[in-house]
Amino acid sequence: MKEEIIIAGFGGQGVLSMGKILAYSGLMENKEVTWMPSYGPEQRGGTANVTVILSDERISSPVLNAFDTAIILNQPSLEKFESKVKPGGTLIYDGYGIHHAPARTDINIYCIDAMDAATEMQNAKAFNMLVLGGLLKIKPIVTLDSVLKGLKKSLPERHHHLIPMNEQAILKGMELIRKI
Amino acid sequence: MNDIIKPENLVYSKPRLMNDNPMHYCPGCSHGVVHKLIAEVIDEMGMEENTIGIAPVGCAVFAYNYIDIDWEEAAHGRAPAIATAIKRLNPDKMVFTYQGDGDLAAIGTAETIHACNRGENIVIVFINNAIYGMTGGQMAPTTLEGMVTSTCPYGRNVELYGYPLKISDLVAKLDGACYVTRQSVETAATVKKAKKALRHAFENSMAKKGASLVEFVSTCVSGWKMSPENANKWLQENMFAKYPLGDLKNV
Amino acid sequence: MAEEVKLMKGNEAIAHAAIRYGADGYFGYPITPQSEIMETLMEEKPWETTGMVVLQAESEVAAINMVYGGAGSGKAVMTSSSSPGISLKQEGISYLAGAELPALIVNVMRGGPGLGTIQPSQADYFQTVKGGGHGDYRLITLAPASVQEMADFVKLGFNLAFKYRNPAIILADGIIGQMMEKVVLPPFQPRLTDEQIRAARPWAATGKTKNRKRNVITSLELDPARMEENNIRFQAKYREIEKNEVRYEEIGCENADYLIVAFGSMARICQKAQELARAEGINVGVLRPITLWPFPSEIISHYADKVKSMISVELNAGQMVEDVRLAVNGRVKVEHFGRLGGIVPTPDEVVNAIKEKLL
Repeated sequence: MKEEIIIAGFGGQGVLSMGKILAYSGLMENKEVTWMPSYGPEQRGGTANVTVILSDERISSPVLNAFDTAIILNQPSLEKFESKVKPGGTLIYDGYGIHHAPARTDINIYCIDAMDAATEMQNAKAFNMLVLGGLLKIKPIVTLDSVLKGLKKSLPERHHHLIPMNEQAILKGMELIRKI
Repeated sequence: MNDIIKPENLVYSKPRLMNDNPMHYCPGCSHGVVHKLIAEVIDEMGMEENTIGIAPVGCAVFAYNYIDIDWEEAAHGRAPAIATAIKRLNPDKMVFTYQGDGDLAAIGTAETIHACNRGENIVIVFINNAIYGMTGGQMAPTTLEGMVTSTCPYGRNVELYGYPLKISDLVAKLDGACYVTRQSVETAATVKKAKKALRHAFENSMAKKGASLVEFVSTCVSGWKMSPENANKWLQENMFAKYPLGDLKNV
Repeated sequence: MAEEVKLMKGNEAIAHAAIRYGADGYFGYPITPQSEIMETLMEEKPWETTGMVVLQAESEVAAINMVYGGAGSGKAVMTSSSSPGISLKQEGISYLAGAELPALIVNVMRGGPGLGTIQPSQADYFQTVKGGGHGDYRLITLAPASVQEMADFVKLGFNLAFKYRNPAIILADGIIGQMMEKVVLPPFQPRLTDEQIRAARPWAATGKTKNRKRNVITSLELDPARMEENNIRFQAKYREIEKNEVRYEEIGCENADYLIVAFGSMARICQKAQELARAEGINVGVLRPITLWPFPSEIISHYADKVKSMISVELNAGQMVEDVRLAVNGRVKVEHFGRLGGIVPTPDEVVNAIKEKLL
């Protein structure tokens, strides 16, 4: 098993932390993982992205040409990464952030209205967990159990009371995602 | 003769911690006297085995040749940073820097200000003779207005080169500095006073009171191109006006 | 006890490994992309556990001189920075080498010259292995290619530094510093006591006891005849290090037709390029120097007789390639491929460079 993922959006959308949770979930399953962020001022309001690789074998490059899965949360990121999805790969986008839908026909495209759902839940912080739920529905690369364990591992104890809310958001995201 | 050389007749001896290496300082230079006072204070405090000195770049670069303790030789201006680390890593040790005006008040200004502002428990011994001695008499930040040096041969013009830097006054303003004083060693009386000031500074450092800076307003017979006697006179008449002696801070 | 696997950034791994090694002090100044090293140390508060001193200095210049001071008193001390800050430290590094002081320096490289960019680069190769500061000196240079190596090289770097009384540097880049991977941290080992330091490092300025002469930590020797003697002694030490401490990794080099030489993050990218090239029938090996000084010249020379050509792939305009060419001494063609100023090539770009330049 090897999954090469790019998550891209605006800084503040929880791009890096979503990647981190995926990486921790992989760790819980004894997979090899790398989490390679874009870093610097772009984390603060510009576009941010993170490459996450989960694999059963030693991972060579943390920098990739092409991805099995792209999770795209804003328009600039779609323009940058749509072409980088491997043929037959998967692209998931948030309906609120994307005005011009992806055009490729050789990949599987899914939409999740996570921003709308987060607004409805009155919890902006649930946004990236909704998206993560969508991803796990389409590509169960790690189990929900591992995600929850990973959350426990990566969050400081004072935030552990938030884990049930995150679980709910993941489950909700699994319902919301739809194929285009 | 043998009647005279008796222990009870001894009025002066070389400090025990000064070794026999011939000094490279010019006759009449203040460095030798200040070295002697430091050696005496360390000895009298019984701190010989627990003192680490930091030598500067400048005339006192070879200070480590004369006082028989462990030393580290600093890059130009960096002695307070070096002292910071030694003292923090070895809090039982007595740590001091020995620096000239170019070293402390020009290239090492940042290290001086920040070590003092952090309240490092160190002693900074500052020799201010208003000139770069080692490199041959160039202008220092402390050079007096109108004073002639090899890089201001027509006298220091403050419009071109700025004003003599009273760095001890700056340091005295810092919350981390507990004791800032200006001393001199051109007379027996001032030497006596200066030694007390040094002792107080070293005691502060061991009492964890913060940074102590002892400035010695000094002569440079070669740089000033004067006889030792005339240099002392010039010191009293000119240097003390800009750099008046006494405590600037003592808390 | 089973080893605990953690997930962390390379920068964080350096900090944890330093505490666990029993380092006595860290002195630093913030600069992207390595600030997590000092941030992690401050968060961990090792002064309350191991007694390690952690201090944010007023500048990189002050920080490296704090390292000089601490190292001179026999302590295991370190600093970290990124390219522009490392330039500021060069004076202090030269003094460390001149005074034969062991210390650990970390450079998480970013693109230059000047203020440059904060993105990954390997353009400080020359600065690190050819000098950087003034005078004839060498820095033991370790180039980690994973978060695990970031952790492991702290101990290795300190050990080599103390073994040879010479500064050692971990030469990483923004990718290795910022990337999270699995890591097994080394076990805790206690800091040396003052008595142990006095015994193991009799040269240190620890306070002059009655049974020895005073110790003076200095790089100054005005008599050129004695300064030459000092230099000859340094050079003998450097030859010893070159003999004993070369480290490298060979990845599928046996029977390769072409050889990539790459270090650090670039070696990781080149391994992916190797997979892609092999899928196209191009048999490429990757040789990864782990020590950049001493440089693995001998093994590269060995492959000069076995491969058709070589390519040095670096995040710079062609620096390590000079050492590869020296090792090969004209026996095979040695090309260079690099991206500049913080741009990191994808594995595809490396494959294309191999096709263009080697086939």
